[in-house]
Amino acid sequence: MSAAATPASAALAEKPARMRITPPSGWFESPLGELWSYRELLYFIVWRDIKIRYKQTAIGAAWAVLQPFLTMLIFSLFFGKLAHVPSDGLPYAIFYYSALLPWMYFAAALQSATNAIVDNQRVITKVYFPRVALPLAAVMASLVDFAISFAMFAVLMVFYGIRPTLAIFWFPLFLLMAVATALGVGLWLSALNAIYRDVRYVVPFLIQFWMFASPVAYPSSLVPEKWRWVYGLNPMAGVIEGFRWSLTGRGNPPGIMLGASVGVVILLVGAGLAYFQRMEATVADVV
Amino acid sequence: MTENVAIHVEGLGKRYRIGERERYLALRDVIMRMFRPRNSKREFLWALKDVSFDVPPGQVVGVIGRNGSGKTTLLKLLSRITRPTVGFAEIEGRVGSLLEVGTGFHPELTGRENIHLSGAVLGMRKVEINRKFDEIVAFSEVERFLDTPLKHFSTGMQMRLAFAVAAHLEPEILLVDEVLAVGDLEFQKKCLGKMQEVSRTGRTILFVSHQMNQIRRLCQRVIWINRGQLQMDGAAKDVVNAYEAAALRVEKEELERSPGSMAFQSWRIGDTPSNSPDRSLDHFLDLDKQSGPVVVRFQAFVKEEIRKGNLVVILRSAAENVILWSGMYPELQIKPGPWEFCLSFDAMPLNPGIYSWETRIFDGNHWFEHMQSPEFSIVSEMDADIFAYLKGPLNLNVEFDMAEQVEYGMERETR
Repeated sequence: MSAAATPASAALAEKPARMRITPPSGWFESPLGELWSYRELLYFIVWRDIKIRYKQTAIGAAWAVLQPFLTMLIFSLFFGKLAHVPSDGLPYAIFYYSALLPWMYFAAALQSATNAIVDNQRVITKVYFPRVALPLAAVMASLVDFAISFAMFAVLMVFYGIRPTLAIFWFPLFLLMAVATALGVGLWLSALNAIYRDVRYVVPFLIQFWMFASPVAYPSSLVPEKWRWVYGLNPMAGVIEGFRWSLTGRGNPPGIMLGASVGVVILLVGAGLAYFQRMEATVADVV
Repeated sequence: MTENVAIHVEGLGKRYRIGERERYLALRDVIMRMFRPRNSKREFLWALKDVSFDVPPGQVVGVIGRNGSGKTTLLKLLSRITRPTVGFAEIEGRVGSLLEVGTGFHPELTGRENIHLSGAVLGMRKVEINRKFDEIVAFSEVERFLDTPLKHFSTGMQMRLAFAVAAHLEPEILLVDEVLAVGDLEFQKKCLGKMQEVSRTGRTILFVSHQMNQIRRLCQRVIWINRGQLQMDGAAKDVVNAYEAAALRVEKEELERSPGSMAFQSWRIGDTPSNSPDRSLDHFLDLDKQSGPVVVRFQAFVKEEIRKGNLVVILRSAAENVILWSGMYPELQIKPGPWEFCLSFDAMPLNPGIYSWETRIFDGNHWFEHMQSPEFSIVSEMDADIFAYLKGPLNLNVEFDMAEQVEYGMERETR
């Protein structure tokens, strides 16, 4: 049986082509080619999500700064000053903010990706486009908040007189990993949430547990050396340590931990796409 | 797939598990189910079964059938919203589907933003939207509110804007589901005109509708789907006639089966008794002659003799406001048989809008039957007074006759 959706058939394709509509085949059909032909729609969904996000909040962009900043203060006070958690020689403000930067992005992206299918059910039942665009757009739209809180980080860096080193060139890789992790898990959760509506209530707990399994409130140097790679199976561990290292230039690159994280990220996204696609065939019937 | 075919459908079928369409699960249910013996019997429903047809490029094809017959399912399969269970379809060309008015609209966004968003969701390219933007705005007649969030638009304005975007969607193949069934008549005419225009540009259109008038006007060919299967496929006139004949038959069977002493059957609305339009399944009736007499007829079949009946006639606005509530003949006696009631008005000074009639029979103790007429629209060149429905007195005169063979009649006057 042929692929149900050949990329060229998409509504945004340049020239008309023959499209075959068949029952789901059960085989993995890569959505990426088709997604490319729907790139304008993807852009519009991202644009919409960003617009709505800032229209509905009273303080708008300030929220993106306040949230990590206040959390950073609380962490610095309780984990730093009171519990004396080591910070690998970094000022607590920098130590926590550089971790909260990817973490808050991840948490927000994951949450909006989870709801992406359910929140768009009206559109899904009325018009076709590759459904992957929805969680993908959610993950991308969350980058705006990230960019705003990143500006705050730059201010902190100047304030503490920390100059970035050449390690900063690795930063895009870690950011990409954060996006990919959010997408990989988001694909699973958005598909599951479409079928089981209480998944969305589980997600906040998941995020909370996950945070304590990641080096947000503490450095990964607290984890024994021989267990680091296991710890790195949590891709956010590699991402957060990578952020700290690439942005401040202090400490060591997250070597073996990073290797494990990259592997897991690739696996997550691949499995997420496959699972999402199985769900995609019937999603309009269940939402 | 043979050459020169825009849509090729072969053995297409879609099976739903009963309830699947409506219900979603909670994890809770799944966990609970593990502790309970499994319900072994699953019930399935074929929403569409073994449907095959070809559509050459440029043909405008109507799809008709009763509610739940599978028309929408067919469009959903062809637009890839859902996947078939069996069979396949091949489509050549860019497909646009219009299953709902305002797909992709968001209340927080402005009119301008929504045009872009909805256009993109419906499959228009960015350059295409930009190119047609002014045209869309002009068509929608909401220029002044372009930068107002959609949530502050009236329903009518939202509809206009949504129609305007949809009307400018110009893919090679257009799948349309009854979208013209809402909105005021004037705008509907505009949309219908636009559709006709589009259909003349050589686009292939599949058009689902309950309004046989529209189908007759727009389509060359009609496919009739009955209980998920293709019942008839042919020239528009033939299929619509067959469909209407069958609909009448079904109505008659239902009438014979229905309990109660009386069953209302149909409505006709026209300007003079003799000039009533033929019985049709249309929902919209043009009532242009507000200055002259207007006659509303409805037919009812009385099964048991009605003794102390009371005929109540109600005129309602689309918002369900009662404009006229008139109870007549406290001692009404009607013998069994088919009856035609004839409500005549010297004039119907209604403001433009959508209205419907309702009739009821009350025997002093309980209501027998009631029937709502199809909605009809009043169109007018006169200025509308938005705070009132009536622009003058409404004088009602009722007569009723044995339908077909007129045996005896009664005539009375009432205010």
